[in-house]
Amino acid sequence: MEAIIIGIAKSAIRLATPYLYASIGETIGQLSGVLNLGVDGVMLMGAFSAFYTVLKTGNLWLGLLVAIVVGAIFGLLIAFINVTLKAEQGISGIGVYIFGLGLSSLLFSTMVGTVQTVSGFSPLSIPWLSNLPIAGEIFFHQNILVYGAFALIPLAWFILNKTPLGLSIRAVGQNPEAADSLGVSIVRIRYFTVVLGGMLSGIAGASLSIALLNVFQQNLTNGMGFIAVALVYFGAWRPTTVLIGALLFSTVNAIQIWVQVHGINIPSDFTLMMPYIVTIVVLAAMAKRRIHPPAALNKPFERGE
Amino acid sequence: MKKELSKITNLSKVEKVEMRGIIKQFPGVLANDRIDFDVHRGEVHTLLGENGAGKSTLMKILYGIYRQDKGEIYVNGKLANLRSPLDAIRLGIGMVHQHFMLVPTLTVAENVALGLPSSRKYLLDLDVVSERIKELAKVHGLHVDPKAKIWQLSVGEQQRVEIIKILYRGASLLILDEPTAVLTPQEVEELFQVLRSMINRGYSIVFISHKLHEVLSLSDRVTILRDGKVVKSLPIAEVTKEKLARFMVGREVLFQVEHPSVELGKVSLALEGIWAQGDDDLPALRGIDLEIHSGEILGIAGVSGNGQKELAEVIAGLRESTQGKVFIKGTEVTNWPPSRLLEYGLSSIPEERMRDGTIQKFTVEENLILKDHLHTPYADGIFMNFKNIARESERLISDFDIRTPSRHTSLKSLSGGNIQKLILARELSRKPGVLIASQPTRGLDVSATEYVHRQLIEQRTKLKTATLLISDDLDEILSLSDRIAVIYEGKIMGVVKRNEVSIGELGMMMGGEKCQGDGSLDTN
Repeated sequence: MEAIIIGIAKSAIRLATPYLYASIGETIGQLSGVLNLGVDGVMLMGAFSAFYTVLKTGNLWLGLLVAIVVGAIFGLLIAFINVTLKAEQGISGIGVYIFGLGLSSLLFSTMVGTVQTVSGFSPLSIPWLSNLPIAGEIFFHQNILVYGAFALIPLAWFILNKTPLGLSIRAVGQNPEAADSLGVSIVRIRYFTVVLGGMLSGIAGASLSIALLNVFQQNLTNGMGFIAVALVYFGAWRPTTVLIGALLFSTVNAIQIWVQVHGINIPSDFTLMMPYIVTIVVLAAMAKRRIHPPAALNKPFERGE
Repeated sequence: MKKELSKITNLSKVEKVEMRGIIKQFPGVLANDRIDFDVHRGEVHTLLGENGAGKSTLMKILYGIYRQDKGEIYVNGKLANLRSPLDAIRLGIGMVHQHFMLVPTLTVAENVALGLPSSRKYLLDLDVVSERIKELAKVHGLHVDPKAKIWQLSVGEQQRVEIIKILYRGASLLILDEPTAVLTPQEVEELFQVLRSMINRGYSIVFISHKLHEVLSLSDRVTILRDGKVVKSLPIAEVTKEKLARFMVGREVLFQVEHPSVELGKVSLALEGIWAQGDDDLPALRGIDLEIHSGEILGIAGVSGNGQKELAEVIAGLRESTQGKVFIKGTEVTNWPPSRLLEYGLSSIPEERMRDGTIQKFTVEENLILKDHLHTPYADGIFMNFKNIARESERLISDFDIRTPSRHTSLKSLSGGNIQKLILARELSRKPGVLIASQPTRGLDVSATEYVHRQLIEQRTKLKTATLLISDDLDEILSLSDRIAVIYEGKIMGVVKRNEVSIGELGMMMGGEKCQGDGSLDTN
């Protein structure tokens, strides 16, 4: 029994990785007032470009770098559409998602064609800590991208709450007119957060294709990017609560996988549904809380009404 | 620390600012037409004018928010190129906007630090900022807790934060856009004291206002704008209230509406121990008792945000009352749906006339028949009666002097004053027994205000409508009401008759003091 729980917990920590990268990026973007629903599409592009680079060169770090660059390019595109062209954010995000989904599938079928595997980032045992009983096995025999995802939480918290940049980001999402009147450039801050969000989505995708699953196939993410957006609401725009949400979902996922792998007699359709059912139930329960999104979320900024 | 503070407060002293031949064109309006304006060190120069006269536009140009089409700005004799507020701040010019530019979810110190480089570079230095705020507060008498969140502060305190914010940035010329609109009389006096002591220390102030007694009490010089042009610019010693009003409006102005006495009828609207939650789920009304007789205007005075909005909404059926009873003409109507209340003779002029009072994309005619469009004469069964609609709306447009090209014009091309006339036409033509008038003249110019006031008095005098008047403008409450109830934190602090109360007493009650005297109405 103990081994089962340790196994599930370890896999839950692993599986939280893509959620964490994507939803921390989305949190920062939303705090500055930009809703990006295209996360899943950017993740797919990041996943494919990292996978393809590793397949051709065998260089994992180069693969990660390419995913970050591709994520940044998508971030620039999203920022251009939402900040410069002031498009309706919900709709344009769905457009970006479909674009990313289609382009990654097209590139995959023309450039790779068949499902292949690569050898991804291998587990890295942390000296001393990895020898701890139970916790050592669960937390400290993971790969570098998993550690990075968890390190991102305190880092994001620190930047948002303890630096002038973070203060500007929060102010721009709550009252852009006030920030503008004090010389904070709304455009620059929003481009920054959206491009950063794109880069993190790229890493989230790469974590799937070159660290966790080590394959690429069409629609590899299977809607994870949308769950990442939901996690931002669940986490009330705070990195620490986003972490709790990510762990909740990755645990449900880990259980679901364990059930499938061990051939427990529950219809697989049902187990596959579990993460999404949890999403809906949790979000419906959260609706009662009196936590408001950033006041300027989804509102393009225009100086002088 | 002391040295750093003096460094920051002396960043750049503005000795003289001159604006020459400023022209600013907006689509369809010439907002500023060759305006000359100047301010010197140590003086208050007031910009006076009606809404839309171009005061705010001119000052937004000086603060770098808008850019002039033509004309030059000189600061201390040097041509200034103001591309953004940042440029203005660097030159020592700061502005307190009419609608505060604060982030409600952040603390005072965070709001002040926003956009400034930190003394610790990539780390926030909120403790240093808080210390400096305290010093500035002490020097200028602007007391506020640096750790408090903005949403927890009163409007007066928020205004102090705004002033601290620009002083912190080293501004020595302060532009204040209608700073008194949201304050109690006592807060206004406190603000003026702060401003006067700043003037003595060599600061300069541009004061934007349309309240004449404030202009007379604070200014050294006054420049009057009308339709984007300078009408007159002269020292305060050379003007009187009447003269200022004439320059501002372009004709003689009656300051006091006639207020004939009326014999009161029965109680038309009664509230018994009404409680209701605000938008934040906290009680906004805590046991309100009120009675309004037919033929009476009861004014609700109070600092905005003390339950006025919720009170109007509960009576109009737009907000649930959790406890207590509402009666109209003796019938209990507590928590009736709005449609039933409308049929029972309740009319209301909502606070947000654009959002709640009208539909902007509809035509004038369609807006005029809203509320009664289901009934005769506007409808026959399930069909609309366009002949009657046309006839009635033409009549209302001419009776209420709504200036519109035609009844088919879209509402959004009308001015604020004409939209308010349209709402009055719709609400008053329903011959209501009870009328709720929320902020009926907010944002209207002197002429439109006069018109609304006359209509409300006529409605009370001739048709004996019981009117609940809610307004942030104390002068309006005093000139229209028969009795005045003061609301504070969702409770009525006292009810007084119009001639038996001073502005000072009302101000005390608005600040939470209970009324001692018995202000109940003698109906015999």
